[in-house]
Amino acid sequence: MATPKPRVKVPKTASAGEVIVLKTLISHDMESGQRKDKEGKVIPRQIINKFSCEFNGQPVFSCDLDPAISANPYFEFTAKVTESGTFKFTWVDDNGSTYSDEQKIDVK
Amino acid sequence: MQKITMKLNRRQALTLSAGAAFAVVAGIRTVPAYASAEDTEKRIMEFTGGKTPESGKLTLTAPEIAENGNTVPISVNVESAMTGDDMVESVIILAEGNPNPEVATFNFTAMSGSAAATTRMRLAKTQNVIAVAKMADGSVFMDKKEVKVTIGGCGG
Repeated sequence: MATPKPRVKVPKTASAGEVIVLKTLISHDMESGQRKDKEGKVIPRQIINKFSCEFNGQPVFSCDLDPAISANPYFEFTAKVTESGTFKFTWVDDNGSTYSDEQKIDVK
Repeated sequence: MQKITMKLNRRQALTLSAGAAFAVVAGIRTVPAYASAEDTEKRIMEFTGGKTPESGKLTLTAPEIAENGNTVPISVNVESAMTGDDMVESVIILAEGNPNPEVATFNFTAMSGSAAATTRMRLAKTQNVIAVAKMADGSVFMDKKEVKVTIGGCGG
């Protein structure tokens, strides 16, 4: 599997106190551990088990994922912004790797 | 012997063989054991700490018919001011008919602004999808939607 590539959509600007919508997607097979290969052996589970979003170091939203989440996990959620800053998105893989992305927002 | 074959006309014979074929398919399908409604109930109780969830406040949005069980869009929305006691701590998504009932747990904070989230999930077959929300004041809410699945997910 290619290295998972995160894609995040954050509005460039917002007004103070506004509740904005954030959209995230990461390319990942989310191998459920239920499927079998041609020889009938179970393909080991490898999924993203945790996703979190922080704004200026403060937690905004997080999610614990189970194998029932589709491949290329997609999340849409909201955040209330009061000041300019940076959103940090982190995905944690079953194999221990983490993938992250950052996006800045200007709050007027 | 003669009597039995006489009674079994063409239509009946076809029904019988179709029934037998279905039984075989059903037999194979039970190999990856599916979660039962009781498992799901147990998981809900674990999440709520034994409280029976009420209806209201929480809305689960899912399609009535999902053509592809591999990606079924689902959304949860909880009416809440997201401050003080009127705050949603977490929402758990469960599926009664998947190999494991757990789907995802969303954790919200005051910075979320609202308790709304959307994701895409796998559904092995036609089943109930359940969302349970836990509030900061300890109350719990539940919503349930039946989703009909044409092609199941989970690599079946």
